[in-house]
Amino acid sequence: MTLNELTPGTACSMADLTADGPLGQRLMDLGFYPGARIEIVRNAPLVDPVELRLDGYHVSIRHSEAKHIEVEL
Amino acid sequence: MGSRNLLVALAGQPNCGKSTVFNLLTGARQHVANYPGVTVEKKTGAYADEGRRVELVDLPGTYSLTSYSLEERVARDFLLGDNPDVVIDVADASNLKRNLYLLVQLLEMEAPVILNLNMMDVAERRGQTIDIAGLREILGVPVVPTKAKKGEGREALREAIRSLADAPSHEHAFRIDYGPMERYIAELEEKLCEDPVLSIRYPVRWVAIKLLENDEGAAELLAASHPEADLVMTLAESCRERFREEAGNAAERHIAFTRHGLCARMAGRTVTIPTDNRRSLSDLADRYVCNRFLGPVILVAILMVLYQVAIVFGNWLALQVWPLWGALENFAADVLPAAGFIDDPLLRALGLWVVKSTTAILNYLPIFLLLFALIAVLEDSGYMPRMAFILDRLFRRFGLHGQSTLPMILGGVYVGGCAIPGVMATKAIPDERARLATIMIVPMMNCLAKVPLYLILIGAYFADTGGFAMFFIATVTLFMALPVAKLLTLTVLRKQPSAPFIMEMPPYHLPTVTGVMRRAFERVWLFLKKIVTVVAAVAVVVFVLINYPGLTENRRAHYQAMQDKSLDAFMSAVDKTGYQGRISRDDVLSIILFNESLKRAKQGVTDQTESNVINARFEADNPVYYAVVKRVGKDGKALNRALKKVDRVRKKVRREARAERFETSFLGIMGRALEPVTQWAGFNWRINIALLSAFAAKENSAATLGSIYGIDGGQSVQESMKAGEAGFTALHALALMLFMALYPPCVPTSIMVRHQSNSTKWMLFSIVYQTLLGLFVASLVFTGGKILGLSGFQTMWAFYGLCVAATLVMALIPTPEETEVAPLINASCKEHCS
Repeated sequence: MTLNELTPGTACSMADLTADGPLGQRLMDLGFYPGARIEIVRNAPLVDPVELRLDGYHVSIRHSEAKHIEVEL
Repeated sequence: MGSRNLLVALAGQPNCGKSTVFNLLTGARQHVANYPGVTVEKKTGAYADEGRRVELVDLPGTYSLTSYSLEERVARDFLLGDNPDVVIDVADASNLKRNLYLLVQLLEMEAPVILNLNMMDVAERRGQTIDIAGLREILGVPVVPTKAKKGEGREALREAIRSLADAPSHEHAFRIDYGPMERYIAELEEKLCEDPVLSIRYPVRWVAIKLLENDEGAAELLAASHPEADLVMTLAESCRERFREEAGNAAERHIAFTRHGLCARMAGRTVTIPTDNRRSLSDLADRYVCNRFLGPVILVAILMVLYQVAIVFGNWLALQVWPLWGALENFAADVLPAAGFIDDPLLRALGLWVVKSTTAILNYLPIFLLLFALIAVLEDSGYMPRMAFILDRLFRRFGLHGQSTLPMILGGVYVGGCAIPGVMATKAIPDERARLATIMIVPMMNCLAKVPLYLILIGAYFADTGGFAMFFIATVTLFMALPVAKLLTLTVLRKQPSAPFIMEMPPYHLPTVTGVMRRAFERVWLFLKKIVTVVAAVAVVVFVLINYPGLTENRRAHYQAMQDKSLDAFMSAVDKTGYQGRISRDDVLSIILFNESLKRAKQGVTDQTESNVINARFEADNPVYYAVVKRVGKDGKALNRALKKVDRVRKKVRREARAERFETSFLGIMGRALEPVTQWAGFNWRINIALLSAFAAKENSAATLGSIYGIDGGQSVQESMKAGEAGFTALHALALMLFMALYPPCVPTSIMVRHQSNSTKWMLFSIVYQTLLGLFVASLVFTGGKILGLSGFQTMWAFYGLCVAATLVMALIPTPEETEVAPLINASCKEHCS
């Protein structure tokens, strides 16, 4: 299951990352790593991007980017 | 170590309160410049400490130290190249785990690090406790807690800097164990050690890890110093390959995940987080601020307040400040050589021109100050990321970014803005492609200086439908800018690097007055330094273009004859009065100038006694002149009448000579030469001249039209324009308005474009493409409207429809990111890295 499939309010834990290059690096640098706790906070008014709570801080990410994050509920 | 100066670098992740720590340490003594060759801001400051000068450099805020972003490269190059004596890593204590990720990378670079746990107050408020002694023990570096926002911790930090700098050597006990990767690191290290230069200059283990990470910057370092760089690179590649096969995971991900795992363990051992997961205040606020319905409403409200304060109130403030610049102009008029009857001495003409060009831009200073202060409030409060969050989806469709909102508002998305702060504000956009696209379209917004021309044209040709015409020009620019942005993104900007959106949404902060004012003044100062000097230089060039080659001998003689005739008339009037013999022919000009300087001296003086003092001073200066100017006695009255006639002739001669000089100038020649092209847009050479002169500053267009058509007495520009251009229709006016809207950025904006894009090429591109686009649109509207037999008003709305349609079509075309297939990695790493 990937992160972009989840609806606001659900919590999950990150399992894997399927992005390479700048996107992958940026995701890792902002604290996405296997085991990290992720909670979907809300979608933007136009649905995209989506705001997450990642290990205690807030980050917003586009759905196209969230697709590269595999999660487990 | 005695009285050596110290170089201290301040590193830290974004939103950790780094600039507050910087201010805490250095106080008011700071200097803002750019890192050489790039647009990244470099802030430096200094303080004296026990006889030593400690120089502090604020590194850009970065989450990590890779080669992927410019900021990270700049920070890393500084650490490696400038070898700071101490590196302070400012960490947000309330979010320690993520902040440790940067720290471990600094430690890997073997930098002499102090960990500064800032924002301890926030951590305490959230009920977190941090075992500082434990952290110090695990990391093996000094750990200093501060509450910079409350001004607490300055001494402790300074003390830590002092003792770390004086410590004999920095033996790092800290080392990350990369597990299965260790043997590849060792293999590379061994090879790297063969090069004595590299191993002395850079930490070898770090270079090895970076090579395994496939880091571009490390490869460059290697190529620059290692004699067998290619061999090492091949080895690194083989190590990466072998590791991937062995571990089933890419090396860079193994590295990042290992670091994160370590940070999580370290944070887990030292930070106690309260179990009740209470929502923070920021979180509660975001429920409304980012709400689906309320969010956009709040956004519009904030932007409207911004517009009201900066543009409407700022305009009022600029009017209040204007006397200051007016005084500067008057001062220049007083000290420069006196004016002539027809021509002024070159020094005076040029001097006044340069001063006026400069004051024209200084006039906007109050608006800029307010704008910069408001931007600082938005930035410090943490609202900017929310704005991007709400609007990103909309702007992304046009190749822009959520953060493009502010630059466009500043540029004048409705009516009245200024492209200079607009372009300046694009700095905040992290995506290079979207940033360039924004820089390219901000000048298309309706800046304040375009408005006078709109008003003239609407007044002259759309008098009955003025409101609609104003609405048209105010809103059509956005519908032209959006498709253009998309078009640029799909073509010339396609190759530009685009960054992922992923953006931190930091908790809200209450901005402090000093912080906001400091930033606003810093930016105004930067603006003054960058822009005003260049504006003055460009003014000289424009002066030459509009004044030379000058009048022919013939025409000069013609104006001379007019002057002689009026002087003759005045002298015969003198002969009829008691002043006969006391006023000579040479005095006439002096009397006129005497009159003008008296008027200047009394400008803005309302107080009667003060006015009398000035009068008395002038009377004492020259009683005869004073008598004529102030109509003293019968003779004075008679001569004053005669003088007024001379003055009128002088003004007429000067105006006509100026218009003629203008028309025959280099700029005038260009205007005529362009007529075959611009005729399709309905512009004749007179309009061309006005448009060419607007390049220096857009206000010029209205002023130039005024001087070309010669404003007489009560007649306004629109009346004289209508009278002067009999064949002009509303269609001409519409084409002209649209051209003005798309007009290339003025000189100061162009300089800002160059500054922000860090490339002369982009500056020239923005000038050329907007000129061509403007010409194309104006020709389309004018020629198209003429062929279809539409009126100006009909063409206006047909064009509006066309623009809206283009916007919708452009929104449907996928952006480059959407067409590019994102690289997917098949190999799974679930089993290998946790």
